[in-house]
Amino acid sequence: MESKQPVMSSRHISLWYDKTRALTDITMDIPEKQVTAIIGPSGCGKSTFLKTLNRMTDLNPAVKMGGFINFLDKPLQQYDVVELRRRVGMVFQKPNPFPKSIYDNITFGLRLQGVKKKSDLDAVVESSLRRAALWDEVKDRLKQSAMGLSGGQQQRLCIARALAVNPEVVLMDEPCSALDPVATAKIEDLILQLKQEYTIVIVTHNMQQAARISDGTAFFLSSQLVEYDTTVKMFENPGDQRTEDYITGRFG
Amino acid sequence: MTSRQQYHDELEALHSRLLEMGSLVEKVVARSVESLAQLDVDAAQNVIDTDDTLDAMEMEIEQRCIRLIALQQPMAADLRLLATILKVVTDLERMADNAVNISEITLRIAGQQLVKPLVDIPKMAALAVQMVHDALAALVQRDEALARAVCERDDAVDDMYAALFEELVDMMKSDTDPIRVSQCANLMFTARFLERIADHATNIGERVVYLVSGERVKLG
Repeated sequence: MESKQPVMSSRHISLWYDKTRALTDITMDIPEKQVTAIIGPSGCGKSTFLKTLNRMTDLNPAVKMGGFINFLDKPLQQYDVVELRRRVGMVFQKPNPFPKSIYDNITFGLRLQGVKKKSDLDAVVESSLRRAALWDEVKDRLKQSAMGLSGGQQQRLCIARALAVNPEVVLMDEPCSALDPVATAKIEDLILQLKQEYTIVIVTHNMQQAARISDGTAFFLSSQLVEYDTTVKMFENPGDQRTEDYITGRFG
Repeated sequence: MTSRQQYHDELEALHSRLLEMGSLVEKVVARSVESLAQLDVDAAQNVIDTDDTLDAMEMEIEQRCIRLIALQQPMAADLRLLATILKVVTDLERMADNAVNISEITLRIAGQQLVKPLVDIPKMAALAVQMVHDALAALVQRDEALARAVCERDDAVDDMYAALFEELVDMMKSDTDPIRVSQCANLMFTARFLERIADHATNIGERVVYLVSGERVKLG
C-alpha cells in the first residue's frame, strides 16, 4: 500500500499464547497521521496485533513473540516501556474511567510524571477535553466523578486521558462497540479530527465504521494479514477473495 | 453455508431482473428496425406499446437498488454490481426510448414511396442490435473481453452515421419535394437513434469492465 512515512513498521511478527498461534508473520506499516483500521472475525489476531504495538502483550507471561516492530527509528524493545506507552496510547472497548473526578482522570498520567503545577495541569485538562470534544459538556463539573458521565462521554474522557500525556500514536480497540449510534458518530467525528495531529490505529468489528473513518484497512484472518490496502480499494475492489467474502458477508 | 442469505438472494434476483429487462429491450430494438425496414405498422405500434412496461421495470429496478444500498450497505463486488445495475438500467431505458422513436418514424413514413431503398440503415441497425446483444451477453457472463470488443465496434457505427448524414444532406439539397425532404430528415433521425443505441451498448460494455475489474474506463 502506498503510504506516507510509516510511524510504526511491523516485520514478520509471529506470536503464540503458549502453544496457540495468534499472529503469523505480520508485516505492515502504520503511516503517520492517518487512520489505519484493522478488521477481521473474532479470534483472527487483530486485537493481539494492536496490543503488540505498545507492548501490552509483554504483560502476559504466556506470550512468545518473533519478528520485530519499529517505532520511528528503533525497535519497540529498545524503548523504556513506560515511555513507550506514553507515546503510544491506548483506548479500550469498554470505557474505563478511574473512579475519580473528571479532572483527576485527565491529570493522572501527568501527576505520575511529576507534573504538579496547577496552572499546567489546568491547561492540559482543558486542551485534552477540547481535543476529545468533551470540554463544553463537562467544563462546569470537572470535580465531579467520571462515573456519572454517559457511556459515550466516558469513552471520550478515556480518549482525552490518552491525549493528556501527548502521545504520537493512539491505539483504539473497538472504541465504539459499547456505545449507541449517536455516541459512536461523535467518536468517529473525533477520530477524523484527531488524525490531523495523531496517528491512529483502530480495531473494529464494524466494517462500515472502518469504511467511514479509515484511510487504510488491514484484513486479518486466522492469525494472518490477508490484505492491506487503501480503504477505498479494500471496500470497492479488494484483491483477495477472502477479503471479498468477509466484507460482503459471504463468510463462514 | 453463507451468511446474509436473504440479501444475496435479493441481489441475485435484481441481477436477473435487469437481464430480463435487457432481453426485452434487445427485442424492441430489433423489432423497431425490422418495422422500419418492412414499414410494418403493427410491429412499430407493438414497440411503442411495450415502452410503458419497460419504464415501469426501470423504476422498479432502481427502487430495489436504492433499498438494498440503504438497508444492506453493499461492499466490494456487491457494490460494483449495484452501481452497474443502476447505470445499465438507465442505458436500457434510453435504448427502449430510441426504439420507440424509430417506430414512430415507421408510422410516419409508412405508405410513402421510399426516397431510396434502405440499405445502409439496415446494415447500421444490424451492427447496433448485435452490439446490444453482445453487451448484455458480456453482462450475463461477466466477460470483460467481450465487453471491450463491443465498445470497439462503436467506431464503425459512428462512421456509418457520418456517411449517412452526408448522403441524406446531399439528397435534401438537390430535392424540392417536401415529402421526400421530410422523409430524408426522418431517416437522418433514424440513423441518429441507431448511433445512440450503439452508444448505450458501449456504455453497458464499459460498465461490465468496471463490474469485473473495478476499473472505470471510457471506451468507444
